[in-house]
Amino acid sequence: MEKTSRRKERLDRGVKVRSDTVYAVSSWKEMLFLLAPRGILIIGLLCAPLLVPNLYWQRVICILGVYALLAIGFDFLANFVGLVSLGGALFIGVGGYISGALNHYFGLPPFLTIPIGSIGGAFICTLILLPTLPLRGVYFAIVSFTLPLVADRTICATNVLGGTDGIPGLSMLANTWVNQYSILGMVLLSLFGLRRIVNEDIGVVFRGVKDNDQAIRASGLSVIYYKAVAVFIAALMGCFGGAFLAHLYGWVGVSLLSMDFSVFPLVATVVGGPVTLAGPLLGCIILVPISEMLRAFGELRIVIYSLILVFFVLFWSEGVLNWARRKYEQFEHWVEV
Amino acid sequence: MNIMNILIYGFVNSLLLVLMALGFALAYSVSRVPNFTHGALYVLAGYLTWIFVNRLGLNYGLSIILSIAVITGIGWLVYQVAVIRVRGMPVSEIIVTFAIGIAILEFLRWLGLRGATYVLPVFYMKTINIFGVPVDSQRIAAVIIAALIVLALWLFTHCTKMGLSLRGIAQNERAALMLGIDSDRAATLALSLGSALVAVAGITIIPMGNVNVPAGYDVLVFAIAVCICGGLGSWTGTILAAFVIGFAQTIVAYLIAPHLVMVVALAAVILILIFKPSGLFGRQKELEERV
Repeated sequence: MEKTSRRKERLDRGVKVRSDTVYAVSSWKEMLFLLAPRGILIIGLLCAPLLVPNLYWQRVICILGVYALLAIGFDFLANFVGLVSLGGALFIGVGGYISGALNHYFGLPPFLTIPIGSIGGAFICTLILLPTLPLRGVYFAIVSFTLPLVADRTICATNVLGGTDGIPGLSMLANTWVNQYSILGMVLLSLFGLRRIVNEDIGVVFRGVKDNDQAIRASGLSVIYYKAVAVFIAALMGCFGGAFLAHLYGWVGVSLLSMDFSVFPLVATVVGGPVTLAGPLLGCIILVPISEMLRAFGELRIVIYSLILVFFVLFWSEGVLNWARRKYEQFEHWVEV
Repeated sequence: MNIMNILIYGFVNSLLLVLMALGFALAYSVSRVPNFTHGALYVLAGYLTWIFVNRLGLNYGLSIILSIAVITGIGWLVYQVAVIRVRGMPVSEIIVTFAIGIAILEFLRWLGLRGATYVLPVFYMKTINIFGVPVDSQRIAAVIIAALIVLALWLFTHCTKMGLSLRGIAQNERAALMLGIDSDRAATLALSLGSALVAVAGITIIPMGNVNVPAGYDVLVFAIAVCICGGLGSWTGTILAAFVIGFAQTIVAYLIAPHLVMVVALAAVILILIFKPSGLFGRQKELEERV
């Protein structure tokens, strides 16, 4: 008696196949098929500030934006360029401290300090991480993990930049609407910008750096240069988040270098669905409200994130978005084999 | 007098670094997985010993052996339950060990592991003068233990079949596979052994201070710094680099300021990556790792 086994057969839906090509513009149905997910995301994000009940949740939206920037940057670096960054806190800290210090010591207004903090911070982060870029393997992950810890200890021990107390009394942004829409605008800009970048020529080079760097060298391109560009892009997003946080709280301190900023983007990426860029954002949208509800657990939250992370990596590595996308684009049915 | 101080404490500090780093180096060289649980296991070893002594009222020696056994078991579990499922996917390998390490450390932080409550007794209370420099007996014990471990590890990897198989995997994984060495078994063994070594380090070093969570991150950073400077995967390099960084730290701590030791470790990493990226002794991996 032989045993029959079943497996799942997947076929693309007709509308998916049609909308892959230029024929997408031939009917409303195909256009709607393409636009619906993107439209829901954009409209949902832009309406979110209007829908939440009070100031506290509006603050949560700002935090969500910062985490989303970090998470999208992490996904981009890890899954498109092959650099695993465990140092989200480094980007946040550098961006935050630069704009905080400029505001405090030189009295520059936020609309100057945030761009300077983002771009200058991104340069500094790229420069610090530059020595690890000529190497394959785990060096980048290890050094990016080490840097925020060392920065944290050094600031606490030497009392530079306000030491353990931080720099208080920074000027705030105009009002809560400016806050929310500037960070959400930045999230959407970097999400769609990066999606465009990874499909351009430079995106092919990035993937080449990840999968076969010898091919990149053989094409006469500098692997280090392209890695540096990728780190700069991710650092730019992270440093913007940090600079934004500094003026959101009106304070910078060593908590900008805390483990949360390094762990949360990883969790959001893995839960939301890696290699999609939109997945990390979805992960943040799912996880940040949950994390706010878990606020009562205090320091135990980071343990919970880590356990979720381990669970997802081991048992459901495709994540929510890849799963949803499969359901949206394909038929599935069981066949006997 | 001052020079004697630097020499002796530099030597002690270097051997402490050897103790901290050997486990990481061993696990990495065989399994190619950076074991980010290293620092967490260091603290956990101290905490478990404290629990066994103070809560369960066991004998100190027995609790030390028990906690080393438990930590070894955790190392085994980390590989067998987690890492083995994501083998060959570098991003996931890093994420998994990193997440487990953070989970353990932050759980300990949540338990309230700070302050002077969690203190382990020293092995033997006495201070000895060496060339006029007072050194307490715990540091001497640590030096002796470090030396013994280095010797034992050398004998293990040169004279036993198991140890030779570990070295085989570390030097050339494909050739070792062809000779019938099971790479998963070797990696499990390396990770368990690495965890046991860090447990020994924890139990030897923690009595000089107390059991606290930031020490876990410190140890991880020091271990990583020493391993990168020595060349990831090279054991001789690890010991040499521990001496370079150990003396550098001691000199900086004496002459400039004691809280700069972490900056010294990081500066060493950055310098070595710029000037000799494969580390002091990482010659055999040079071609593999450089772009």
